[in-house]
Amino acid sequence: MAEVEVRDIRKSFGGGSAAVDGISLTCGNGEYLVLLGPSGCGKTTLLRMIAGLEHPTGGDILIGGRSVRGLPPRARKIAMVFQSYALYPHKKVEQNISFPLEAQGMSREERIEKVKWASGLLGIGHLLQRKPRQLSGGERQRVALARALVREPQVFLLDEPLSNLDAKLRASARLELKQFQQRVGISTIYVTHDQVEAMGLGDRIAVLNQGRLQQVGTPEEIYHRPANTFVATFVGSPPMNLVSRDGKLVGFRPENIELEKTAGSRDDAAVFHSRVLRIENLGADRYVYLRVQDDRGDTNIIAKLPIDHPLHVAAEDDADVIVRKRHLRMFDRDSGEETAA
Amino acid sequence: MSEPAARRTVIIDETVRVHHLLDREEVLGPLMLAPLLIYLVALVGLPLLFVFIYSFSDATTGSDTFNFVGLETFQKTIADPVFQVALRNTVVFTVIAQAVVIVLATILGFVLSANFRGKWFVRCLILLPWTTPVALSALAWLWMLDSLFSPFNWILGQVHLIDQGTPVAWLGQDSLAVASVVALQAWRTLPLAAVILMAGLTSIPPELNEQAEVDGAGFWRRFFDITMPLLAPIMMVAILFGIVATFTDMAAVYILTRGGPGDATQVLGSWSFYTGIQGGSLAQGAAIGIFMFPVLLGVCILMLRRASRTDAF
Repeated sequence: MAEVEVRDIRKSFGGGSAAVDGISLTCGNGEYLVLLGPSGCGKTTLLRMIAGLEHPTGGDILIGGRSVRGLPPRARKIAMVFQSYALYPHKKVEQNISFPLEAQGMSREERIEKVKWASGLLGIGHLLQRKPRQLSGGERQRVALARALVREPQVFLLDEPLSNLDAKLRASARLELKQFQQRVGISTIYVTHDQVEAMGLGDRIAVLNQGRLQQVGTPEEIYHRPANTFVATFVGSPPMNLVSRDGKLVGFRPENIELEKTAGSRDDAAVFHSRVLRIENLGADRYVYLRVQDDRGDTNIIAKLPIDHPLHVAAEDDADVIVRKRHLRMFDRDSGEETAA
Repeated sequence: MSEPAARRTVIIDETVRVHHLLDREEVLGPLMLAPLLIYLVALVGLPLLFVFIYSFSDATTGSDTFNFVGLETFQKTIADPVFQVALRNTVVFTVIAQAVVIVLATILGFVLSANFRGKWFVRCLILLPWTTPVALSALAWLWMLDSLFSPFNWILGQVHLIDQGTPVAWLGQDSLAVASVVALQAWRTLPLAAVILMAGLTSIPPELNEQAEVDGAGFWRRFFDITMPLLAPIMMVAILFGIVATFTDMAAVYILTRGGPGDATQVLGSWSFYTGIQGGSLAQGAAIGIFMFPVLLGVCILMLRRASRTDAF
């Protein structure tokens, strides 16, 4: 177990713009930190630099308070799980799991003991004699985790380990991953582009875009107090609505909208006049697509309303969008950064 | 008037029908395969059949008598001491040349799959020996190994390893001639093996090596425990190609040493040629050639088994 800290780290690949452009970040002892961002945002490059598979062009990386710059991956006491799981196809599950131990030069008896322990923890004791190609996606993931766990690393690095699983398996694998990490209590850095995974797994989330850190915070902070319009629109589905008013961008979540035919003027809330474009029934919720008049013309927004709330409007109707003041977030129109109300 | 009109209709119908005939896979398929099949049967299948027939006969180039003599030709062939040398040479040359090739090709495979400036130039350079016809490259080697003009002798003389006045007769001494033939065989089969191994190396997912690196494995453990086992199937293919090329070849020996000095570098290919064509004993030449057959059959079986196996990572 150890703290991981990156200081103003940079990486550029031959010429072009930087893949990672000066990121400083700390993953605390035993913390589950999620790196979240769209593809190409630099999250995987950052993870690979922490692993030692890429050399940073600038900045420093500290694991357990010691700089690991220039150390090869094997000297960093980390374990990594790749998106593809990277199981050795020619080795049985047992040999896959014991490979890191062999590399350490551990005795055969000890190795057998460790493999038994790790495979028991992940419930794959019955698969030890199989080859990777005879395993299902979920089983492969568990083997990869067992191999990562077996040498008791200081840090776990996980690169989109759920993206190769089908949607049904993903939810249960997410639960398993979280329970597993809580049980072993090892600092974990987890890369994903899926905000649902990020919200569900992370103690804290670091949102990245274009090689830069946008915001670090708990899932609640990221969701309810996004630091800028990128975070506001990247996290949440549907994303936060942004409407231009009084020279600022006003942001509010789809589920914080109330719809009335006419609202009048309210002290405790902002009111936007709109027109209903379309109503979608999604079972538990309704999505109401609305067009709002704002400073810059028309803006489309989405309201998410529970199905058991009475809806007084229909498509093509005029409607007033009501958002309580505490749900409003203000952003600078030019920089996109959050500003005071 | 009505008659030509009717005939024209018929003609159009015919072309339309032929057109549709070509749309049918059971017609088009064999049609497109036909040239290859004809080529294989006429130039490979039939000669092979003749070799089998001749080897059980007493056929010669000088007369038109043809009698089946059973295994008599084979008995004569096996008893011939030159044949025994040729058989041993063929096996030894192939094994040594391919052993050298597989080590060098693996190294070259790594070099070729690495990323560096001028990669394309180096790749072309390495492929060159393979694109050159055997006869041509053997002639070039003949000059390189000539006792008077050999650049090897010149270099050895410059560094005073040999006396300028008494050059090494590369092709005139048994052991040196053998080494020269083996070197030529290794040199000319190396490029293909290197390219095959390069393809094999690039097909190994890079994250397997990265994973091993993170798992704590150093270079040699990664090489022997991860890369080599994953490369083994493709390495097998390279070796099989090399065996076929070396085992059946006669041009290298024919041009470089003519089987000499004495019969020290005689191989099955060359001895079969000397006996059957130049010596005129068609039957015995064929019988010598037959001895290549079991090895080639074995290679074929291994190749086909390999091709039908789908062993994706």
